Amino acid sequence: MNGVAGSLRRIGAMIRKEFIQLMRDRVSFAAMVSIPLLQLILFGYAINTTPRHLPTAVLAYDQSSLTRSILAAIENTKYFSITHHPVNEAEAEHLLRSGQVLFVVEIPAGFERAVRRGESPSLLVSADATDPVASTSALAALGQLVETSVRRERFNLDDAPEGSGLEKTPSPFEFRTHPRYNPAAVTQLNIVPGLLGTILTMTMLIFTALSVTREIERGTMETLLAMPIRPVEIMVGKIAPYVMVGALQAAMILGAAVLLFDVPVVGNLALLTVLTGLFILTNLSIGYTFSTLAQNQLQAVQMTFMYFLPNILLSGFMFPFAGMPTWAQWVAETLPLTHYLRMVRGILLKGATSADLAQNILGLSVIMLVAMVIAVKRFRQTLD
Amino acid sequence: MSARLERVEGRAPEPGPARGVDYAIDVQGLSKSFGANRVVRDLSMRVKRGQIYGFLGPNGSGKTTTIRMLCGLLTPDQGQGTCLGMDILTQGRAIRRHVGYMTQKFSLYADLSVRENLEFIARIYGVPDAEAAAADAIVSLGLDGRELQLAGELSGGWKQRLALGACILPSPQLLLLDEPTAGVDPKARREFWTQIHDLAAGGVTVLVSTHYMDEAERCHEIAYIAYGELLAQGTVEEVVARSALHMWRVTGPDPAALARELMQQPGIELVAPFGTSVHVGGRDRAALELAIARFSTREELVWRPDSPSLEDVFIDLINRSRDGLR
Repeated sequence: MNGVAGSLRRIGAMIRKEFIQLMRDRVSFAAMVSIPLLQLILFGYAINTTPRHLPTAVLAYDQSSLTRSILAAIENTKYFSITHHPVNEAEAEHLLRSGQVLFVVEIPAGFERAVRRGESPSLLVSADATDPVASTSALAALGQLVETSVRRERFNLDDAPEGSGLEKTPSPFEFRTHPRYNPAAVTQLNIVPGLLGTILTMTMLIFTALSVTREIERGTMETLLAMPIRPVEIMVGKIAPYVMVGALQAAMILGAAVLLFDVPVVGNLALLTVLTGLFILTNLSIGYTFSTLAQNQLQAVQMTFMYFLPNILLSGFMFPFAGMPTWAQWVAETLPLTHYLRMVRGILLKGATSADLAQNILGLSVIMLVAMVIAVKRFRQTLD
Repeated sequence: MSARLERVEGRAPEPGPARGVDYAIDVQGLSKSFGANRVVRDLSMRVKRGQIYGFLGPNGSGKTTTIRMLCGLLTPDQGQGTCLGMDILTQGRAIRRHVGYMTQKFSLYADLSVRENLEFIARIYGVPDAEAAAADAIVSLGLDGRELQLAGELSGGWKQRLALGACILPSPQLLLLDEPTAGVDPKARREFWTQIHDLAAGGVTVLVSTHYMDEAERCHEIAYIAYGELLAQGTVEEVVARSALHMWRVTGPDPAALARELMQQPGIELVAPFGTSVHVGGRDRAALELAIARFSTREELVWRPDSPSLEDVFIDLINRSRDGLR
């Protein structure tokens, strides 16, 4: 068979063979279907770069119909959602540092009376500005939207004819905004600490995800299993070297963050070290679990990638966490990177303490334990 | 020799206390399925300590599965027994400490050097002074000068030698060798068997699976397994004697055509061309001789009675077990 017909026949045979192999490799096929689906859903529904309904705490020292109107107007902007009512400044501070709220609105005592006297008092709005994307547009909305609507509602300026000058009367009160932690809105201050978590996730997962499948693929697993060694001993022995690799990576990234990007270290570096260790262990356990699930090294890499994608998109690394719908936030709570980002940004930028981060420490520990249990259970002691 | 001699071939030994005989392997009724595929059926065997026990059978007959069940790598669906006096179902870890298992495929770390592989194994097994033990093993394997070479870069014969060395490094009492000489040249094979006999003389029990008939004849006893069933067990002489096969050798021109012709004859169950002659055999002596008599007019053929070889016996066993399964 020569010429075009022969060539087509050979190409046809090749195509046929490739299709058979493709359909037989379930994990590859699952990756081809799930990665675009995952991206569509996450980008289409979960991610929002002008986030709304951001969690806000109100520290009200004055409760009056005017303050209620103002709070209603704040919520009406859709940028804010009042979720907490702290009783004192310490509590409000904790909420902000632990990342439970992005804004604290403080209404001073005697606020309404001061307005009536025409003293034009201030409402203090503290914002967590670590992620400039999340806070900037909400803060901008405060002055314009809230002031206008309160003035219309409370001071009957609706009827003021356009251009009459009345709408330009001095405000009965003003917002004083206080962007905290990253007042200059430098993006790097938010991204660089986040990179610490992202890079650790990627490298730790890949290394351990390959570790068991490599032994199976090369046939050395059979020898290993025939030896007097326990599965837990194999797991600890395989994970331990990478804890050190992870620590080295973390030190490098942190050094670069401080020296090259001027990231401040407001909080306790020892706490960050301990929690980074916890985060590394969690990722290694998850990688090891993948390793026991995958049949070969390629599948292990594909699983890692499928897992890495939501970590990057949902954790708050690329897009503001508070801007996502509730279901996406719940999904994100099961990802280690979400918790670690709050830890690393909290400690470096906000000076968060272990008490501020208690919820995230608990979350990360639970994820690690679950992964370890699955890994040990999944690890087959026999070739059955 | 042993109580096992009384058994009819193909039958399992009766389970019971091993009086006065020390068995390294004593298992009864082992079965294992993978999905719907029954790989091993009701297999029983006893191997005395210090013996070299040959494990023969065609590809896919269940040899590897049986070996893996013996060292705890696979859990039998049914059956029980002991390995070195320890229960194979519950004492797997303790058994593994005293068993050396050499896999069919080379399965040491290809990216570690010869010495690093041996030291790793010595440390896992808790051999005192792992480095010295590895160094001794390198010398006794004749691998000195190659200890820094990566195991994956060794030639086939050296890989096999290293794998065996790794197996015996922790001084096991039982060696399970799964086709250890596949793809190894005759000289290396002979050296390998000399080493196996030395080990057995030192009290180590060796279970070795093989396809080579000459290797089977080097074993103290053999077992033949096909389609997951143990078909014969005993010394080579016993297995041959029990086969009740009658053989003739016929020499003449065009043995291939002659073989085709002989295969058609009733009474002839085995036909195998060997160079210029053809091996012919059957279990019914009268029927076989009647069949041969039909060729008496062909003067170019020279008929000579022959004794069955181990291979003849095994081919006959496979043919009959396959018929029995149909």
